[in-house]
Amino acid sequence: MAESGMNFDIPIGDWVETGVDWIQNNLTPLLDAIADGLDLIISAFEDLLLFFPPLLLAALIVLLATWRVGWRFGLFAVGAMVLLFGMGIWEETVVTLALVIASSLVALAIGIPIGIAMARNDKVEMIARPILDLMQTMPPFVYLIPAAIFFGLGKVPGAIATLIFAMPPAVRLTNLGIRQVSTEHVEAGKAFGCTSSQLLFKVQLPLAMPSIMAGINQTIMLALSMVVIASMIGAGGLGNTVLTGIQRLNVGLGFEGGLGVVLLAILLDRITQSYGHIRTRSGPGLVERLRSWAGRNPDTQTLRSPN
Amino acid sequence: MSDTPDKLVIEDLYKIFGPAPDEAMTLLDQGLDKTEIFRRTRTTVGVQKANFSIREGEVFVVMGLSGSGKSTLVRMINRLIEPTRGRIFLDGVDITAMSKDELIAMRRHQMSMVFQSFALLPHKTVAENAAFGLDVAGVDGQQQREQAITALATVGLEPYADSYPDELSGGMRQRVGLARALATEAPILLMDEAFSALDPLIRTEMQDELVSLQDKKPHTIVFISHDLDEAIRIGDRIAIMEGGSVVQIGTPEEIVTCPANDYVRSFFYGVDVSKVFNAGDIASNRALIVFERTGVNVRAALAQLQDRGRALGVVTDRENRYRGMVSVNTLAAAAKGDGAHWDQAFIPDVEPAPAQMDLSEVLSRVATTEYPIPVVDDQGKYRGIIDKTILLQTLDKTT
Ligand SMILES: Nc1ncnc2c1ncn2[C@@H]1O[C@H](COP(=O)(O)OP(=O)(O)O)[C@@H](O)[C@H]1O
Ligand SMILES: [Mg+2]
Repeated sequence: MAESGMNFDIPIGDWVETGVDWIQNNLTPLLDAIADGLDLIISAFEDLLLFFPPLLLAALIVLLATWRVGWRFGLFAVGAMVLLFGMGIWEETVVTLALVIASSLVALAIGIPIGIAMARNDKVEMIARPILDLMQTMPPFVYLIPAAIFFGLGKVPGAIATLIFAMPPAVRLTNLGIRQVSTEHVEAGKAFGCTSSQLLFKVQLPLAMPSIMAGINQTIMLALSMVVIASMIGAGGLGNTVLTGIQRLNVGLGFEGGLGVVLLAILLDRITQSYGHIRTRSGPGLVERLRSWAGRNPDTQTLRSPN
Repeated sequence: MSDTPDKLVIEDLYKIFGPAPDEAMTLLDQGLDKTEIFRRTRTTVGVQKANFSIREGEVFVVMGLSGSGKSTLVRMINRLIEPTRGRIFLDGVDITAMSKDELIAMRRHQMSMVFQSFALLPHKTVAENAAFGLDVAGVDGQQQREQAITALATVGLEPYADSYPDELSGGMRQRVGLARALATEAPILLMDEAFSALDPLIRTEMQDELVSLQDKKPHTIVFISHDLDEAIRIGDRIAIMEGGSVVQIGTPEEIVTCPANDYVRSFFYGVDVSKVFNAGDIASNRALIVFERTGVNVRAALAQLQDRGRALGVVTDRENRYRGMVSVNTLAAAAKGDGAHWDQAFIPDVEPAPAQMDLSEVLSRVATTEYPIPVVDDQGKYRGIIDKTILLQTLDKTT
């Protein structure tokens, strides 16, 4: 063995190349369909967000932050908007936001049903779990290579790398949330005559909601971090600003891009987290809150004491 | 009671949990016990060889220590747990042979369930929770609401219809659980330790409420409990489970007076027997002479009492309804008057006790009066009397 000089060789590289060739020769229509579909979704969100006059969009974000989180956070949102405009990176922020929303939505649309399937079937869980583990241990830019090979450069491969990278938490936490629903709740559903889909929609999913929302939050946060990285394959947006800063050794520009990402991350995180707890009252709407601030809300909830 | 029809008949029912149910069944047939079978096969005997019937309209309590198979047994009745062997008949129909759809229909219309942890949906209002079974069954919204509100009114929670479960106390939450079960108007209620999570005061309150609910609108109730006081309070009959087997079935009195074995006896170690029995259970109708008012006059009654050397007699009407108690002295006094009216012969201040009265209450009455206490049923019919001797005998027998 020693004399043979370690020239023992497993041609993994060759195999992969063969595989890639095969996919490119045989699955092109499928790849194109995926690309077109994603492109459509991404452009739709970009167009939607860029359709609003910047000030209006900023105002809407501030309102959402105030309504979902509170007035302090509303103030933070105002500050963030001012900074984003002031640094001149509003447009990049919007592009990033659109890409995050589009890829998160697709990730959730695929990930949540997989999570449900895992929760309802132990075999599916057995198969999916190691795949998820693998996905979560891979460094993020590993996803860029196959995405670029199959889909070239631009927003679509960026979104694909992003949605694959961001999907695992949604899958895991949907599975976990459903499995954590107490036996007696499930039994109650069955004992009153639920079919299995009624059990899912009327009992399991509502009770798993806090966990599923936590998964959604994590997916969105991962999507944001991946979208920034995906600027390396031309996804654009704030990542581009950072990348340009690095390439030109322009510390200021790099910092501005980074700050934009951080601000967006905080906004997305707090707002999506606010959906995470089961609300017993369908929380007072914005109008009611405004009214109660004005001190004119007559029917402040009072809890009747037993007897 | 015994001539009411059987609602549920359980025949040779087994549940084996774990990897080797067939092997376990063979070992069971060879007479091995639960512990030995688990040691040999890692398989748990949940319920074995259960055979009994539950009558329409009765509260059937299943009692036993933790792990004795109570929950498994009750869950086989609505097939939340599939029986390993045996059959269950509901109104003569074999539940174990039902298809999926038939099973769902049965759960929607024939049986509902109340859980120890309440198992309410936190994101739904009290009324929506109460309407859950109706919603699942596809009842339309308006009617759902009406039926839910009616059920909530039955448990006294109507004012809270639009609150959320987490705004209610434990006792109130379980009332919602009960209302949810009542709302579907299913004739059978399965209640697995329904009151065990409540604190003692609320628990007794709920027990009393269940009993009064039964009086108004009887359901066939299978009630799981590990508490003998509870079982006695609400149960028409009690089944005692040990290690997956039903070791005794009987009325509370039967269980307390003739426990089948030491396991059963251990349950009422320290139980207050005066709560087990009520006045009707121990009243004796042999102790006094009974006169039917229309057939005998006062003078004849006096003569009879004196003939037999008795001091007291009871007077009833033609329908056997209690009228009054007489003594030699009062009869003699009344006989002196010319009218010789029965009413004048009744001993004043002797109040009949209702048959349902707790012995503890009877005890205090007996202690404060020199006469025995006549016992009447809810139609006023004479059941017998209780005196100090009878009472002491009863208390003595059971301690
Ligand atoms: N799903 C299950 N898998 C295995 N063993 C079980 C299962 N459910 C119950 N058992 C076992 O069956 C026995 C009876 O349990 P259970 O009916 O819950 O008793 P109880 O309600 O009287 O406390 C226990 O030994 C318990 O460990
Ligand atoms: Mg139990």
